[in-house]
Amino acid sequence: MKLPSLRIYAFAYLAFLYAPILLLPIFAFNDGTIIAFPLKGFTLDWFSQMFANDTLGRAVRNSMIIAGSTAVLATAFGIFAARAGTRFSFPGKGPIMGLIMLPLVLPEIMIGGSLLLVLLAIGIELSILTVILGHVLIATPYTIAILNTAFASLDRSLEEAAYDLGEGKLSTFRLITLPLVLPGIISSMLIAFTISLDEFIIAFFLAGNEPTLPTYIFSQLRFPKQIPMIMALGTCLVLLSIILLTIAEYVRRRGLKKTGAKDTGGFL
Amino acid sequence: MRRSTASWGFWKTLRATSRSELPKKAPRAEKWRRAMHLASFQFPLPVLSSAMLRKRAAPQETRMAQGSPLSRLKHSEAANGLALISPTALYAILLLAAPLLTILAYSFFKDGYLTVIHEVTFENYKAVWTDPIFRAILLRSLIVSGLVTLVTVALAFPIAYFLSFHVRPDRKSLWLFLITIPFWTSYLIRVFLWKVILGYNGVINSGLKSIGLIGEGQLIEDPLQMLNTVGAIAATLAHAYAPFAILPIFVALEKIDRSLLEAGQDLGESRVMTFLRVTLPLAMPGVVAAVLIVFIPTIGDYVTPELIGGGKLPMVANMIQAQLLPLDNKPMGSAIAVSAMAVVALISLAFVFANRRYLRGPK
Repeated sequence: MKLPSLRIYAFAYLAFLYAPILLLPIFAFNDGTIIAFPLKGFTLDWFSQMFANDTLGRAVRNSMIIAGSTAVLATAFGIFAARAGTRFSFPGKGPIMGLIMLPLVLPEIMIGGSLLLVLLAIGIELSILTVILGHVLIATPYTIAILNTAFASLDRSLEEAAYDLGEGKLSTFRLITLPLVLPGIISSMLIAFTISLDEFIIAFFLAGNEPTLPTYIFSQLRFPKQIPMIMALGTCLVLLSIILLTIAEYVRRRGLKKTGAKDTGGFL
Repeated sequence: MRRSTASWGFWKTLRATSRSELPKKAPRAEKWRRAMHLASFQFPLPVLSSAMLRKRAAPQETRMAQGSPLSRLKHSEAANGLALISPTALYAILLLAAPLLTILAYSFFKDGYLTVIHEVTFENYKAVWTDPIFRAILLRSLIVSGLVTLVTVALAFPIAYFLSFHVRPDRKSLWLFLITIPFWTSYLIRVFLWKVILGYNGVINSGLKSIGLIGEGQLIEDPLQMLNTVGAIAATLAHAYAPFAILPIFVALEKIDRSLLEAGQDLGESRVMTFLRVTLPLAMPGVVAAVLIVFIPTIGDYVTPELIGGGKLPMVANMIQAQLLPLDNKPMGSAIAVSAMAVVALISLAFVFANRRYLRGPK
C-alpha cells in the first residue's frame, strides 16, 4: 500500500460505478410519482403495481424462456469451442475462433440488423425463438472465455490415465472431464442467462410483437407515470443479476480450487 | 483479447506436445521441434504460428496413426479439433457471417416499395456519402466514441494498475468481481438512471434545489440543462463501458515480469521513469485492446442517444434503426451500416498500426 492516493481513487471509482444503481431502491420505495429529491415517504405501491401488470408478466415469462434457452445453448456451443480451442490445434483455428468471438466487439445493432434482414428474407416469422438465435450468438463468446479457463486448467494426464485404464472417449469425458469443468459450465450458464436477460437491441429487432423485459421497460420509459414502477422493476432485476453473478463467481472459484489452478481474476 | 486467447490455446498445445513427446522422438524430429518451439518464441504471431503448426503437424500424424487412411484422418489432431469446433463454427457462419454478408449485399441493392430489387447499384452509397445529415451523424458518433474511449481508458488505467500492483493476490478476484457487477446488470436501466440523474427535475437539480443552491436569488437561477447534450451521452457511455476498459489493461499488467521493474530501479531510474519506460510500454497491448473494445461497440450504441440525447442527437445506430424498421428502406440502412463499420474498421486498423511497435510481443 505504497500509494494511498491510488487506493482512495479506486474506492471513489467504485462509488462512481455503483452510484446510479443505488438510486434504484431509493426511488422504488419513495412515495412520489416523480423521481426527484426530497423524498416523500415509504411505499410498497410500486411493487404491487408491478405484480399486477399483465403485459409485464408476459414479458417476464418470455424473458425467462429466452434466457434459459440461451444459457443452455450458448454454454453447449461454448463447451465445443473451448474444448477444441484449448485441446486441439487445427488448420484455420485463428479465423474460426475470431469469427466466433466477433460478437464481443461487434456493435449489437449490426447483429440484430443483419439477422433481421436474413430472417425476413427467408420468411421466418419473428418470435421469441428468433431472439434466442441472436442471444446465443452474443452469449457464446462470453461462455467460451469462461470455459477456456476451466478447460485450460484441466490436467491432461488425468484424461490420459482414463484412456490407459480402458475408458473410451465419451466415458472419459463424462467421468473425468465433465466433473472437473462442471463449475465452469454452471458459471457460464449463469453469465449467459444474465446477458440474455439484460439484452435489449437484439430483442428490439427480433422479438416481433412479443415483449421481453428490456423491450417492455424501454416502451414504458416514455410515460412518466410508469417510471416509479420501472424503478421497482429495476431494483428486482438488479438484485436478481447480482444474485446470479455471485453464485457464478462462487462456483467458479470452487471449481478453480478443485483443479488446483491459480485464481487469476474475474470472468474474462 | 480475442487474439490472446487463440494464441494462448496454441501455446498450451505446443508446450504440452513438446513436453510429453520429446523423449520418444527421433533426434531429427526433436531438433525440428525444438527449433519450432524457439522460433515461435521469437514470433508469437498467431498467423505465423498456425502456418508453422500445419507444417509440423503432418509428419507427426504419419508416425502416430496406423491403419487405413480414413482412420488416420479420423484420429488426426486437426480432424478432431475441426470436428469438435464445427457445431459452434457452423452456428457462427450461418447466423453471423452469412447475415453480415447479406447486409453487405443488400447495401448494393435497390429499394422498391415493400420489396428489395436485386440489382447491383452504387446509388445507396452515393446517397449516404453525399447526405450532409449522415456525415454530421457519423462525425458526432466518432466524436462521442472517441471522447468515451479517452475518458474510459484514462480513468481505467489507474484502477487496473492499482489492482495489479497494490492489491493482495487473494483479493484481486473480489475487486474484479465488484468492478464487473455493474457491467452485467441491466444496461437499459443504468442508462435510464443517468437520465433520472441529469434531468431537468432530476436528482442533481432537485438535490441542489433542496439544499438551496438553485432557485431565484440563489447561486444558480435555473436548473442545469444537462440532458440532450453530447457531454451527457459521453458521460453515460463512459460509465457503462468502464469495466470493459479495466479488464484488458489489468491482464496486460499482470503479465509484466516484476523483476523488470526492480531492474529498472536498480539501474538508477526513478519510480516515474520506470513506469514510463518499462510498465507503460509493456501495458500498451492491454491499452490498445481496451481502446478497441470500448471504441467499436460505443459507435453502434442505440439506447444512450435515444434516452439521454432525447432522440435529438442521433448517432449512427439510431440512423440504421430508423432505416431498417420505421422507414423500411433496407438497402439504405445496410449501406449506412456498412459505411459506418468500414470507417470504424479503418480507424481501428490505423490505431493498431500506430501502436504496432508495442504489439510485437517479447523480443
